[in-house]
Order: sequence, then structure tokens, then C-alpha cells
Amino acid sequence: MTSNGALLSVEDLHVAYGSIRALHGISLEVHEGEIVTLIGANGAGKSTLLRAISGLVPIQSGKIRFGSADLRAVSAHRIVEMGVAHVPEGRGIFANLTVMENLKLATWSRKDRKALRQDYQRVFDVFPRLAERQNQSGGTLSGGEQQMLAVARALMTSGRLMLLDEPSMGLSPVLVRDIFQTLRAINAAGTTILLVEQNARQALKLAHRGYVLETGSITLSGNAAELMVNPSIKKAYLGG
Amino acid sequence: MEFYVQQILNALQVGSVYALIALGYTMVYGILTMINFAHGDIFMVSTYLAFFTSTLILGLASGLNPIVVFIATLLTAMFGTALLAVVIERLAYKPLRTAPRISAVITALGVGLFLENFMVAFKPVGPAPRFLPHLIPAVNFNIGGVTVSTIQIVIIVVSALVMLLLDTIVRRTMVGTAMRAISWDKFTAPLMGVPVDRVISMTFALGASIAAVGGTLYGMAYTIDPYMGIRIGWWAFISAVVGGIGNIRGAMIGGFILGFVEIFTPVFLPSTYRDFVAFSLLLVLLIFRPTGILGRPMVQKV
Repeated sequence: MTSNGALLSVEDLHVAYGSIRALHGISLEVHEGEIVTLIGANGAGKSTLLRAISGLVPIQSGKIRFGSADLRAVSAHRIVEMGVAHVPEGRGIFANLTVMENLKLATWSRKDRKALRQDYQRVFDVFPRLAERQNQSGGTLSGGEQQMLAVARALMTSGRLMLLDEPSMGLSPVLVRDIFQTLRAINAAGTTILLVEQNARQALKLAHRGYVLETGSITLSGNAAELMVNPSIKKAYLGG
Repeated sequence: MEFYVQQILNALQVGSVYALIALGYTMVYGILTMINFAHGDIFMVSTYLAFFTSTLILGLASGLNPIVVFIATLLTAMFGTALLAVVIERLAYKPLRTAPRISAVITALGVGLFLENFMVAFKPVGPAPRFLPHLIPAVNFNIGGVTVSTIQIVIIVVSALVMLLLDTIVRRTMVGTAMRAISWDKFTAPLMGVPVDRVISMTFALGASIAAVGGTLYGMAYTIDPYMGIRIGWWAFISAVVGGIGNIRGAMIGGFILGFVEIFTPVFLPSTYRDFVAFSLLLVLLIFRPTGILGRPMVQKV
């Protein structure tokens, strides 16, 4: 645990792609048991932040701590092993693998082999549709089913923290509602969530706290309920 | 009739070796979209590993059961060649992972040239062709006018078993699943906890050890020399492309097709036309079916 007890803490994080500065001096915290959302327009740097936490993009400067561990210079697969699950933008389903193989792969770094059976059962209870399609290839799933599979894979890594990058993208409003309900249930069962969303209304309804990211910096933060009624957020992200 | 049965048998023998080597090309391409042009020379090195191992074993203990000698030779060649391929990948290819693809291809060609010339300059090898000692007694059977040798049977059967084993590894094991996942999307694989670099090393090791099976079997039937990897490497590469590069079963099919081209070209044309026929096949295929027999058309991912 860090001094202030946060599960994840990001401090003064700078990330650049070549000469393009993507994040300049981001700080945020996620506490055990919370759902925290990060809202912001396209290109604000939301995905970059998640990718930096997961070790997919190199950090220029700043600190990322998970529990008591420093995540800088830890390779991406080790970060998963340490307990950070990441549902990537666009879902990242392996279309050439079956649903079951997608799930199985996510257990690569797990040592508690005995708990696996139970976890498959849990995932199939949450997403019965995936149980029906377990031998189908990932590429044949619909968008909503692919999103279910992406979340299910993250569950199978048995991470304590789940990072989600735009899970609502490309889904119908009904499916979005379903996914968000599932996230609430996953959180209630003990997984901490950091959710990146363009769909600010849904995200703030779900989250306990939120941060607003604009062109690489955090401009606002607070309780989700407060942010929801904040006039500037209403204007920029909630359609008036 | 006997003549054709005989030729089919010979084609299966040659095709088995091409298929085993083609698998290495196709696996590396599948995972890195890179053509490892040193693979033919890695195959060549494996035949020398088999040569030295078997010479050593037979020199030290001549009364051993031939099956023990054969398996010991095979395993040593597989292990040594796998190690060589992993070292090559780490030293020569890995630093170029993010460089333009042409850099890695040129490096692979350079590694191949290095291996050839190293073997020529290396005193215990040298440029002269060599024979492997007899690992198994060569006995010919005559079945209805068709001659079948024990070596031929060993080559075809062992190759088939190895291909079956590889197919099972790729389809059923965790490492195989990871290989297929990386070939689809190597950026998402680490988010599943998959150590991509280690899986890439394993792919090189697996591809090279299969080539070493081919190398040991080849050495039992033909002479070996430091430049043998060039022509055989090209033929195996064509096999992989014909079958659909990146596709495991395609490489096997392609290997056997090229085996038939090699054996049946001299039946109808002067034998010097072999390379002409093989490369023509490649060109025609690239025009009409650029992804090969089993290759999928490139899917544009959105």
C-alpha cells in the first residue's frame, strides 16, 4: 500500500510519443473497492494513461504505484500477473481463437490452478452467452458478445484492479446498459475498476469518483454525483 | 504402374523433409511477419550436429542399439539447433523488431551467409561433402516391384509423427494458443499475461528443432555440405508460400507438393528444369492465389 492507502496511484505522469506529448503531469488515485472513471474527449490521452499503467507505452517521468509495487520498468505481462487486468480499446479479441481459448490464454500467469474451474463457472454465470459459444471462434461473435468476452478475459486473469478502455464503444444503448450493470456487479464482488469512457453520462452514473482529462492534463476531479451537475461538464460532455 | 508408386514414395520422402523445414519458415512468419532467410542454413547446421553427434557416439560405443543411437543423435541435433536459433533471434533479430521489415530480412540473409562461410572455414567441417555414419541398417524391401528402404520408412514415419506432434502443440497447448494469439495481435497478447518475447523464442526453438529432425533424416539419405541449405532452404520457403505462409498445415501440404515437383519433373522434363518448375509454380500461385493454398486473405482490422 502507498502511504495514503490507494490501490493505484499515478503521480505527475508524463508520456510522449516521439515529439508529441500525450500526457503532461497526470496525477490520480484509485482506492480499493472504488469505481473511478476518467472522462474526456477523443485524443485527450485517456487510452494512453491506461496503456502507460499496463506497461504498454514507455513513461517519460512520474510514478505509477500499484499497492506497494512500482510499476515503472515492469514488463506488461508481469503487470497482469501482479493483478492489473486491462480490457483494451476495441476489445482485442483474438478472432482466430475460440471463446474458450481466449479465456484460457488469460490464465497464463496464474498460479492458483485449483481456482480456475470455479472462475470459469463464475464467468459463464455472468455471461451465459459465452458458455453457449465457447467453441466458436472469437471472430464470429457480435460486438456485444466480444465486449463480454473482453471483460470475461480480464476476470480470468483474476486481477484486483480492472482497467477498461471504452467498453461502450460501438454498442447499442441496451448493450451499454447491460455491460455497465455487469461492471457494477463485478465491482460489488470485490474488483476495483478504473473506467475510461466517452459516454460520460453512463460512466458518471456508475462511478464513485471521476476525473476529467483534457489534452493530456486533468482539469477536474471529484465525486461522480458532483461532476454530473457541474455546469462545465454538463456543457462539454453531457450535451447541455 | 510400379514406376509411379516408386516415384510417389520418393516424393513423400523428399516432401517430408521440405515440409519439416517449411514449418520453421511459416511459424516465424506467423508470429513476427518476418521471413527468416537463415532458416535453410540453420537446417544445414543441424545436419552437421547430427553428423558429429552420431560419429562421436558410434566412435565411443559401437555396439549400441541403432535405435538408441538414432534417438540420441536426433535429440542432440534438435537441442543444439534450437539453441542456435534462439541465440540468432536474440542477437540479430530482436534488436530490429521495430525497425523496417527490410532490415530484418537483410540481417537474416547475412546470418545465413555467416553460417555457410563459418562452416566452410571451420576446420572440422570444411567445404567437402560428407556422409553421416549409418544410423540404422539400410535394408531394401521389394514389394511387388517397388523398392522400399528402411531409411525411407524412417524418414516418412518420423516426419509424420513430428508433424502430428507439432500440430497438437499448436492447437492444444497453452504455448501453442499463445503463438496463435500473438500471430493475430501481438499488442494485446501481453494484456493476457503472455510473455511475448519468451513465446517468440519458443517459436524459433520449435521451428529449428523441427528443421533438425529434417536435417538428421536428410543426412541419413544424402550427402551434406555447407551450402546445402541454400537450395533446400529455397524449396522449403516456396513450400511454405505455396501452402500459405503463416499456416502450419499449409506448410506441410506445400512441402509435399514441392516433393512431388522435385521427383516428377524429371519424369516429364530434363531434370535441370526442377528449379524452373518450382519457381514457376510459385509465380503462378502468387498471381492467382497470393495467400497460398490454405492462407487466409488478409483481413483489414478496424
